[in-house]
Amino acid sequence: MNNEQFEPVIIGFTCNWCSYRAADLAGTARVKYPPNVRLIRLMCSGRIDPTFVLQAFAGGADGVLITGCHPGECHYLEQNLKALRRTMLLQRTVAQFGIEPERVRLVWASAAEGVYLANAITEMVEEIRALGPLNWPQVAALNGKSHVLTPAIASVVVSEELVEAAI
Amino acid sequence: MNENGKPKFGMYWASSCGGCEISVLNIGEHILTVDEVFDVVFWPVATDFKYEDVRGYPDGYIDLCLFNGAIRNSENEEMAHLLRQKSKVLVAFGSCAYEGCIPALANFTSREAIFQTVYLDSPSVDNPGRVIPQPVTAVPEGQLHIPEFYNTVKSLDQVVDVDYTIPGCPPEPHQIWAVLQVVVAALTQGAELPPKGSIIGAKETAVCDECLHPKSEKKIFRFYRPYEKVPEPGVCLLEQGIVCMGPATRGGCGALCPQVGMGCRGCYGPLGGVADQGARMLSAVASVIGVGEPEMDERMLEREFETVMDTLVDPAGTFYRFSMAHSLLKRAKIKD
Ligand code: SF4
Ligand code: SF4
Ligand code: FES
Repeated sequence: MNNEQFEPVIIGFTCNWCSYRAADLAGTARVKYPPNVRLIRLMCSGRIDPTFVLQAFAGGADGVLITGCHPGECHYLEQNLKALRRTMLLQRTVAQFGIEPERVRLVWASAAEGVYLANAITEMVEEIRALGPLNWPQVAALNGKSHVLTPAIASVVVSEELVEAAI
Repeated sequence: MNENGKPKFGMYWASSCGGCEISVLNIGEHILTVDEVFDVVFWPVATDFKYEDVRGYPDGYIDLCLFNGAIRNSENEEMAHLLRQKSKVLVAFGSCAYEGCIPALANFTSREAIFQTVYLDSPSVDNPGRVIPQPVTAVPEGQLHIPEFYNTVKSLDQVVDVDYTIPGCPPEPHQIWAVLQVVVAALTQGAELPPKGSIIGAKETAVCDECLHPKSEKKIFRFYRPYEKVPEPGVCLLEQGIVCMGPATRGGCGALCPQVGMGCRGCYGPLGGVADQGARMLSAVASVIGVGEPEMDERMLEREFETVMDTLVDPAGTFYRFSMAHSLLKRAKIKD
């Protein structure tokens, strides 16, 4: 497929307080951002369950955007730090499944940062457009051919180096 | 039922290690009751029935069929269809049949990469002709057929309809016996069977619930692989930084592994209500990472987390050690 014409589908999970307002502000201020993101509002980024992200990919999404209040500003204390830890670990995990970690992105945005959020969305859409479609339903149905080793194996090699470094 | 009026029992192994068969024999003297109650009509590990015999049985002839092993090749799949047709009650027995188990870890790679390693690259292999098995080979006498090796390992319920599932790698003998008693009561006294689709011989709640180690708030600064640390007895392993799948895993085994200082590997699959065991474990692990303060600079915060996560080797292989085929993603994407 020609990536110029490819319109990525991105599922966005936004926290109700800062970042949803930021998205809202971008809207009322008529800041343009691409319509590729389907927003789902959560009370807090800490509500993000990695299952949601995997479900989005399994269902055919090309990327997942998670937005939350800046560290120190979460309305539920430190739940956004939990979201950050989950997202980072999820990026490492999906990389082993051959999914580029850039397809999962966490953006902090305060209620005043409408333009900033709109820009982050535009940037993500372009990045994923460049990566191309993920098309997971087709991957999961794979019974065909390939001979290149997956990142799962590559990462085990990296890890052995790590262990050696630790010894 | 026929001639002797006894219900018919079958057991089969597809892609598996044989441990499930051993665990059935591990029910001890109860195996005599099984023999008394049932007429064994198919069980390759113990009896000499052929596939041809099974093909000759009328549909639904086998009252209880325990199917262990994953669907790795076309023979496994063919037998799954045949045994489904010939069985009244078909049970996915053990982790391989239930969720892919260790064989499904191969879903992180491809058939070609597996063949490359096994038939060409492995240091112990001497294969000057670079022969790789082919489903069909022409020989002077005609054609030879062997089963086709699939790219993706599947669970039993991904190829046929399954009545019940008994989890575990392998299922614990006391759980197997409990299930057999229920089935025997249903067959001989008309007692009711559990609702179709049930996971039986296990609990709904997590291994942590069965584990005797006291639990307190966990804060981990690094993770340890089993050989890197001698666990302190009587302390939750996860609290010590040893990855233990207890929070994400269905109980029923009696928390055997953590009781002897080995982190739960997750062999009973996800606990009740959890779709993806790996995602659940990922959340649990992310929650216990104890570094980072909200006041920190955002880049700094990420670096702190990264340092801890670098000590967690192979997260995907750890979180999905048993449940890869049943996971939401099912397999890895192979770059071509
Ligand atoms: S994490 Fe493991 S060791 Fe800790 S309570 Fe749960 S099962 Fe026991
Ligand atoms: S503790 Fe975990 S790995 Fe060990 S038998 Fe129980 S479920 Fe399986
Ligand atoms: S309330 Fe916004 S991230 Fe928690």
